[in-house]
Amino acid sequence: MLNVFIIGATSAIAEATARHYAARGARLFLVARNSARLTDIVADLRVRGAADAGQATLDVNSLDAHTGVLDQAWQLLQKVDVVLIAHGTLPDQGACETSVETALAEFATNGTSTIALMTALASRLEAQRNGTLVVISSVAGDRGRQSNYLYGAAKAAVSTFASGLRQRLAKVGVNVLTIKPGFVDTPMTHAFRKGALWATPDAVARGIVRAAERGRGVVYLPWFWHPIMLIIRHIPEFFFKRLKL
Amino acid sequence: MSADGQSWGRYPRVNQAMVELTDRRQQLPDVNGSLLPYGNGRSYGDSCLNEGNTLLRTRALDHFLAFEPATGVLDCEGGLLLSHILDLVVPQGWFVPVTPGTRFVTIGGAIANDVHGKNHHRAGNFGRHVLELELLRSDGSRRVCGPNANPEWFAATIGGLGLTGLITRARIQLRRIASPWMSTEVHRFGNLAGFFRLSEQSDRDYEYTVAWIDCLSTGQKLGRGLFTRANHAPAHPDRRPIAPAGRLRIPFTPPVSLINRLTLRSFNTLYYHRQRTPVVHKTMHYLPQFYPLDGIGDWNRIYGPRGFMQYQCVVPPTDAERHIAQLLKLIAASGSGSFLAVLKQFGNLASPGMLSFPRPGTTLALDFPNQGARTLALLNRLDDVVAAAGGAVYPAKDARMSGAHFRQYFPAWESFRPFVDPHFSSSFWRRVME
Repeated sequence: MLNVFIIGATSAIAEATARHYAARGARLFLVARNSARLTDIVADLRVRGAADAGQATLDVNSLDAHTGVLDQAWQLLQKVDVVLIAHGTLPDQGACETSVETALAEFATNGTSTIALMTALASRLEAQRNGTLVVISSVAGDRGRQSNYLYGAAKAAVSTFASGLRQRLAKVGVNVLTIKPGFVDTPMTHAFRKGALWATPDAVARGIVRAAERGRGVVYLPWFWHPIMLIIRHIPEFFFKRLKL
Repeated sequence: MSADGQSWGRYPRVNQAMVELTDRRQQLPDVNGSLLPYGNGRSYGDSCLNEGNTLLRTRALDHFLAFEPATGVLDCEGGLLLSHILDLVVPQGWFVPVTPGTRFVTIGGAIANDVHGKNHHRAGNFGRHVLELELLRSDGSRRVCGPNANPEWFAATIGGLGLTGLITRARIQLRRIASPWMSTEVHRFGNLAGFFRLSEQSDRDYEYTVAWIDCLSTGQKLGRGLFTRANHAPAHPDRRPIAPAGRLRIPFTPPVSLINRLTLRSFNTLYYHRQRTPVVHKTMHYLPQFYPLDGIGDWNRIYGPRGFMQYQCVVPPTDAERHIAQLLKLIAASGSGSFLAVLKQFGNLASPGMLSFPRPGTTLALDFPNQGARTLALLNRLDDVVAAAGGAVYPAKDARMSGAHFRQYFPAWESFRPFVDPHFSSSFWRRVME
């Protein structure tokens, strides 16, 4: 049986992923801020076929609380096959430009807290000598753009950290998988006009489960973001700075 | 305001604001103007639209809360689709008690329209199988309603077109099945009398009955078609379940309707003669049996940018054959017929809902490409026949019936009105209350 540990479990992508694992009879441990919604999700996953599901409340910015929650997860699951870190916010770039406090708080939520969790998880997975650590980064981390470079910077930190960790843990049989979703139609992005490039959380979730199974390292979801970001990364700076992306 | 939130007929096109609900425990949003729950947008006309106001998107309220495989009692949120429920419960030997012709409707929508299916003569409406529901009102109050708890609120909400408040969750009694397979028989019949004969013979021994009719045929052949009757089949351990369909879809809207007089005549003739023998027996998976059109994504696009209008009516048992013949003659004479012409006998099981559409008699469902005034005039002529016969037209499929006709078809509207949430409304409701 697969043991799956999800942080940020009320996010749309995380929930869709959890449903895929539940349908396969996995045992899950879910962590998020909102305990009432977690309770619903746990009940839902049980009906959908999860062998068992547990939950704990956590604000990822309370770094001191991380260890306790990780302990609870390992207590229920014993051995963890897949960890998914999926929490995040979509900061208001304008607010981050006028308030240092807001900018740093958003960086903490989307970058620092994730790095803290990955550090603690790395040593546990290393001790197991097995498992997959999946972290949801973003295409926004591939290049800073004026429309959301605070978010992009935090995700760049996550991607780079994950890259190094992947190298380190590959030697002990642990895979680190960086997921870079493009536009996903979730409550986080409800204010945007949706076009052809938008994916559903379920499509992204299927991609995550597949990539984790295949032991992939970095995956763009949907796939077409890979060539798009390849182009965006290679636009010369003198030209890039004139663009409004 | 955006153009999101269409109805399945893609007519009328209106602008409205859209708010996504993500947590059934939260209060409803405080907005200017009125609210209307919007599930999966499978109502055909304007009963799921709220022009110039706000729609509450419920699709994210899609959690199963409990399911007891021993009793078949399902507790779930209102935004869950019947397709999700079927995927989960069919392998465990259960089926939805009543299903419309698409499985892509939400539980909330199924209740709010008190949908019916091909088993109406045996199981009645969807509302009969609702054990309990929670109704959230704009004032923040929550009521658990059922046949025994707040029964008057229950009666108003079943078939209440989403106007009494938001259905956050519901408990449903499912129906036992032995397998995902259906034993089906398709009988060709040469005219309307043939339909009534087959119906009478079949309703006792077959759980599901429905007929497709060639609505362009006239004279001796008026009302000819194919009568399908089916039962859930025992297990067929040697058969492998089919993969769910849904790969096929209409990728874009053609500039004009692909359904017109020419294509329709050839379609109908081919379809009527698709079987060489008068009767065909088949064991089929439940998906193509119940949901042939669900296999084609966005099929409503074939009607072109102007969309289409559904028309479903019921006429009482007395003189039903004569009234249906009258309707079919009007349609055949107009030439703007419908490929999906469906005829079915409703049973006598009463619905708990005040505004429920099904009632004893014969129901006819049709869809017409929207040709503006011409289509509206035809539908008005049909309404005159239905009204004179003492029948009714289905609000979930309507975009144009007059307020006077609505109030005649649904005399309970007056006792229903006090249950409408003061902050809820719909394009349909404003239209028929004018």
